[in-house]
Amino acid sequence: MTAQPTDIATYNFAYLDEQTKRMIRRAILKGIAIPGYQVPFASREMPMPYGWGTGGVQVTASIIGPDDVLKVIDQGADDTTNAVSIRAFFKKVANVAVTTETAKATIIQTRHRIPEHPLTAGQVLVYQVPIPEPLRFLEPRETETRKMHALEEYGLMHVKLYEDIARHGRIATTYAYPVKIEGRYVMDPSPTPKFDNPKMHRSPALQLFGAGREKRIYALPPFTDVVSLDFEDHPFEVQTFDQPCALCAAENVYLDEVILDDHGGHMFVCSDTDHCEKRREQGHRGHLAPETPPALEKTEPTQ
Amino acid sequence: MYVAVKGGEAAIANAHALLADRRRGDRSVPALRLDQIVEQLALGVDRVMSEGSLYDRELAALAIVQARGDMIEAIFLVRAYRTTLPRFGYTRAIDTGAMLVERRVSATYKDLPGGQLLGPTFDYTHRLLDPELAAGGDVAEPLQRASEAEAMPRVSAILACEGLIEPDGDMPQDHVPGDITREPLEFPMARDIRLQALSRGDEGFLLALGYSTQRGYARNHPFVGEVRIGEVELELDVPELPFAVPLGSARVTECQMVNQFKGSAKAPPQFTRGYGLVFGQSERKAMAMALCDRALRATEFGEDVVAAAQDEEFVISHSDNVQATGFVEHLKLPHYVDFQAELDLVRRMRAEHDARENAGKAVEKREAAE
Amino acid sequence: MSDEPLLRVSALSKFYGSRIGCESVSFDLWPGEVLAVVGESGSGKTTLLNCLSTRLLPSSGTASYRMRDGQFRELYRMSEAERRFLMRTDWGFVHQNPADGLRMTVSAGANVGERLMAVGDRHYGKIRATAVDWLSRVEIDDDRIDDEPRAFSGGMRQRLQIARNLVTGPRLVFMDEPTGGLDVSVQARLLDLLRGLVTDLGLAAIVVTHDLAVARLLSQRMMVMKDGRVVESGLTDRVLDDPRAPYTQLLVSSILQV
Ligand SMILES: Nc1ncnc2c1ncn2[C@@H]1O[C@H](COP(=O)(O)OP(=O)(O)OP(=O)(O)O)[C@@H](O)[C@H]1O
Ligand SMILES: [Mg+2]
Ligand SMILES: [Zn+2]
Repeated sequence: MTAQPTDIATYNFAYLDEQTKRMIRRAILKGIAIPGYQVPFASREMPMPYGWGTGGVQVTASIIGPDDVLKVIDQGADDTTNAVSIRAFFKKVANVAVTTETAKATIIQTRHRIPEHPLTAGQVLVYQVPIPEPLRFLEPRETETRKMHALEEYGLMHVKLYEDIARHGRIATTYAYPVKIEGRYVMDPSPTPKFDNPKMHRSPALQLFGAGREKRIYALPPFTDVVSLDFEDHPFEVQTFDQPCALCAAENVYLDEVILDDHGGHMFVCSDTDHCEKRREQGHRGHLAPETPPALEKTEPTQ
Repeated sequence: MYVAVKGGEAAIANAHALLADRRRGDRSVPALRLDQIVEQLALGVDRVMSEGSLYDRELAALAIVQARGDMIEAIFLVRAYRTTLPRFGYTRAIDTGAMLVERRVSATYKDLPGGQLLGPTFDYTHRLLDPELAAGGDVAEPLQRASEAEAMPRVSAILACEGLIEPDGDMPQDHVPGDITREPLEFPMARDIRLQALSRGDEGFLLALGYSTQRGYARNHPFVGEVRIGEVELELDVPELPFAVPLGSARVTECQMVNQFKGSAKAPPQFTRGYGLVFGQSERKAMAMALCDRALRATEFGEDVVAAAQDEEFVISHSDNVQATGFVEHLKLPHYVDFQAELDLVRRMRAEHDARENAGKAVEKREAAE
Repeated sequence: MSDEPLLRVSALSKFYGSRIGCESVSFDLWPGEVLAVVGESGSGKTTLLNCLSTRLLPSSGTASYRMRDGQFRELYRMSEAERRFLMRTDWGFVHQNPADGLRMTVSAGANVGERLMAVGDRHYGKIRATAVDWLSRVEIDDDRIDDEPRAFSGGMRQRLQIARNLVTGPRLVFMDEPTGGLDVSVQARLLDLLRGLVTDLGLAAIVVTHDLAVARLLSQRMMVMKDGRVVESGLTDRVLDDPRAPYTQLLVSSILQV
């Protein structure tokens, strides 16, 4: 009953065994067939902790092939530690080409953002999802929420929005903003800022959502209707920023606030690092941009 | 001028190097060998095997070293390895009645066939720190039983002879035992699935819940019918062979809790049961599991679900420490996109609020002036 | 008024194991009619009401309801989705304990607005205006609209529960001891209010109560239950003034002092 510890080093292509991949692909196909419906799947323990994107990693591992080009972002950036770590994982276990360029990627795994550069047909966006159930904070019981979805009982969702307006004068949900899919299922878009919701609507890319700890997969096939919940007289609105990106002067993009000193000095820069760099390469300059444009690795081929 | 932070990859590599250094500690101290851990920290190894759901002492020991003694991290390492292993088949249900018993105690009978066997227990040790252990002195050989002991029927079987305990609940004829590592959990769940989840559940969590039932949050009048620890045979049915193939043996701890009796017009009064079974030696875990199992059977017995320990979704959804630690600890990952969204909203609402206040003050002033 | 009943109940029985909840109950309920179900504790009133409102499934018997399109539907043959839809549109259920029928952690306005939103209203301003209107009809000041029901008195909670149920213009309302647990003066005011609303809206209602005074005030017709069976039924005034079943006579003489 003893395995040799040295055996541990050998793993299948993309880490998961083929049987597991098949099981996950079946769940993905079911998800695509019923857009917005949460498909239970037998999530595996992954070599990174639950909460670190195990759902997204399992989805990516199940669909990735040797010819894919992978981009991984966390908070919009390719260089956040967890994005770096997941990218390194796939480089190691699947030896695939990786890139930071949105347009060059065939699979983009993301946490909390959708890239600014519009996605195109043939691309797959894989979301890491912590809590897939949009009704969870209104109703903690899984048995009950499944019934609510089945019977399309979504009144409670609007009760929450009503309460926001009554208390704060506006809908106070800023991220993980619930959406309705093809007029049927209410879905959690994962904790992306609501700024990104319109990008999901009729996207030509395939969008897959993986929740590892909660063991759910859901999907939006290309060109699916994704409508953010709202009221006629309080329509859904995205965030707007008062100033452009301090580095590349981009407007109408999502910005991160960077603290510059300890007396309130701050600046706003693109949360999508690839987008920002591309613009600076093209000569756009914000008021705090450094003299020389960034020189960065972009695409690394397979070894 | 601003230069964005870069170089996540280098930072991660450096962090790993520092971790390796700290794990090794003072190089003049000899490195731990796995056999030392397996032999001398055996109960820690057992916990990692049990909650890691992988019966392999050496791997568990490796995980403990690699995790610098952090048990949940070690359990996680074992789980992440286990999940990649191919599945050859499922053994027959183990027969704990035929266990080669090293310890067996019953709280319900003073004496019984097979007797009470104290075994290697802390129970009656005086908890005084022992400086001799620090000195690493010699340890005398224990006394060994000369011959094979008499049969040791399980207490539940003894009670069952008189029909005084509910039968060992058969599953429906064509029931295939579930496997929580292969199929998604769905609520409500059958008891086989629930017991699997409890067996790999966090010892501390189940201990606290079990304890809560004793303090009145879903009290179920437990008696330890018996706790037994020892080796059981593992056998595998192979389609081509007419007999089961022995695979070896595993050490397990089993707890049969005898609980509050029930009766109705149809069924005569009978004790009910709670069941606990874990890899290795862990009475605490097996007993806590048995208390929780019984509490979770509330609806089966028509009892009101009033306490946390009786609530299946609550208990099973939160008992897995690998899941729990992941989700709690993920809060330290960057959330600046979401936070930015909230920050922006709060700032806007603050500005509106201040504007209202100021307008109100202006009106007051004007009124006061008039 | 229509020449067909709203609800037809035939030989309805509910057993809890071998214990009788209610047995062989049959009656018709007409649009706009208020039926009181009275009887001592344990006589099966709540059981009957829960069966009729499909919160419980009966052991045997049928009940058919005339839908808005005029067609009768067999209640216990409907899918859960259809039943739940009926529950939040065409029916109301007023619980004895308001906490069972309200969302205690959302505002009074949202409590009233929930059913509107559930059936697809998506205009915040209109929903709120309707909530204000309904709060005033149940005599709750509109400056309480954003308060949670926890901050309300027992009587206010009960009135809020009524508003929450009536906002979608249901045709049938079930009430289980709607005035139980309130003190006498509060009860009287609530009864007045209920009577007014029921008449104005032309509601049909089935009201369970052990209080014959409530039955007298609210209902046109009543059923007296004992040990799960209906022992007498008829026009309320007739039953109370001229009880025929010995049990009803006992009930009227021992309790009724109005
Ligand atoms: N869930 C249940 N399980 C078993 N028996 C029940 C259940 N609910 C009610 N009963 C029994 O059914 C009978 C009718 O009960 P029910 O609650 O309908 O009475 P009631 O007329 O509403 O009484 P009260 O005025 O006290 O509310 C009683 O004998 C009661 O004990
Ligand atoms: Mg009752
Ligand atoms: Zn920029």
